[in-house]
Amino acid sequence: MTPYSSFLFFIILGILLLPTMILGIMGKRLRYYNVFVSIAVLALIFSGGDEGFYSLVIFTILQLVLIKGYISYRQKKNSSLVFYLMSFLSILPLILSKILPFLAVDNWASFLGISYLTFRAVQIIIETRDGLIKQQLSIYQLVNFMLFYPTISSGPIDRFRRFQKDEEKRWTPEEYKELLYKGINKIFLGFLYKFIIGYAINTYFIMNLDHIADGRFSYHLLYMYSYSLYLFFDFAGYTLFAVGVSYIMGIRSPENFNMPFISRNIKDFWNRWHMSLSFWFRDYVFMRFVFLMKKKKWIQNKMLVSNLGYILLFLLMGVWHGLAIQYIIYGAYHALMMTAFNYFETWNKKHKRWPTGKTMTIVSIVITFHVVCFGFYLFSGRPFQ
Amino acid sequence: MDFKEKVLQVIAEVCEDDVVKEEHDLDIFEAGLLDSFATVELIVQFEEQLGINVPITEFDRDTWNTPNAIIDRLNELK
Repeated sequence: MTPYSSFLFFIILGILLLPTMILGIMGKRLRYYNVFVSIAVLALIFSGGDEGFYSLVIFTILQLVLIKGYISYRQKKNSSLVFYLMSFLSILPLILSKILPFLAVDNWASFLGISYLTFRAVQIIIETRDGLIKQQLSIYQLVNFMLFYPTISSGPIDRFRRFQKDEEKRWTPEEYKELLYKGINKIFLGFLYKFIIGYAINTYFIMNLDHIADGRFSYHLLYMYSYSLYLFFDFAGYTLFAVGVSYIMGIRSPENFNMPFISRNIKDFWNRWHMSLSFWFRDYVFMRFVFLMKKKKWIQNKMLVSNLGYILLFLLMGVWHGLAIQYIIYGAYHALMMTAFNYFETWNKKHKRWPTGKTMTIVSIVITFHVVCFGFYLFSGRPFQ
Repeated sequence: MDFKEKVLQVIAEVCEDDVVKEEHDLDIFEAGLLDSFATVELIVQFEEQLGINVPITEFDRDTWNTPNAIIDRLNELK
């Protein structure tokens, strides 16, 4: 059963979470009962047969061995080669799951949520390398973090140390009531976003575009804007469910969206859209790349370093979505937009030609909106059909 | 120059703005003085000029957001 896709799922979840809420309001520890809820919901999600239950089990065991092995190793030694090898092995199942469909073989490596789970695992390896995770982690801690069911299928991508703080916390009744209130609020907002607005845009507009549009150009233009809005409401709706359920479980999963359509420029957009993913790439790809270049003094030119960083980040992000042409072009498009903006920003810092003020802010927002929508149009794959 | 002044000097150099020397509680990310690229620059400068190693993953924008906060964090890592 796909999470949050049917009312049956919500009903079952509501019944399972009832004791969690009662325990929370009474100020009792949530973790023991939550383990039971997690196992029940994971069984519900993965029992359908198409979600790749066995691949998930093998994947989890592999990641546990890699992480526990690397923490033990890192307590004694710190070779870069071992770190890169471990990171590669951790990403390998994801790479396989992306490549196998092109080899026309059964995609045995894939399962629901593999892209998101991989990032949670790799992140632990990176933080161990940086010396932020020193103590050995228990199987319970790792499995609980990696297979946290509210966010298993499509994120948000949480960070281990942040997750752990919430997980170990014993909420007071007042604190828990606040969490519960916020959680339920989010879930109902999610219904509005995903099942009312998103559904309406898709069913009444996008699916009827053949009758609404009066030509190829207007068809594609209307598709571009309606798909962008649909994508936002559908994904933001899902995220509200995932974060809302996390809150009820006593975990404050990070947010993914912060009003992305009022971004003032493309850089601002990536601080507002799919934030847990873009921040992951920012912290673990872009900043590490820039740091390496500066530290080793391989490239001196600032502009070149940051632009190469953006190109690397967005091409990887594109491929992460899948190896289909639309995702690669989507990544390349955003890499191009970011580097172009980078040049513009540096130039404008010197010459101050772009006027400031309310009107110009609105102009910037409108321009960014169109640039972003064109990106989603590429992402949708419609231009390549 | 004491430690605090040294840190402020480094932040001001990287932000290319002396305002951080005056307003010690200014949120440098919200003010648009620091982005992820400049953050790396800052981390490299801390290492080169102050000899303090800050892992990139340690630099959390919620706890390293003002000059005062940065001084506190660096004092912890010293």
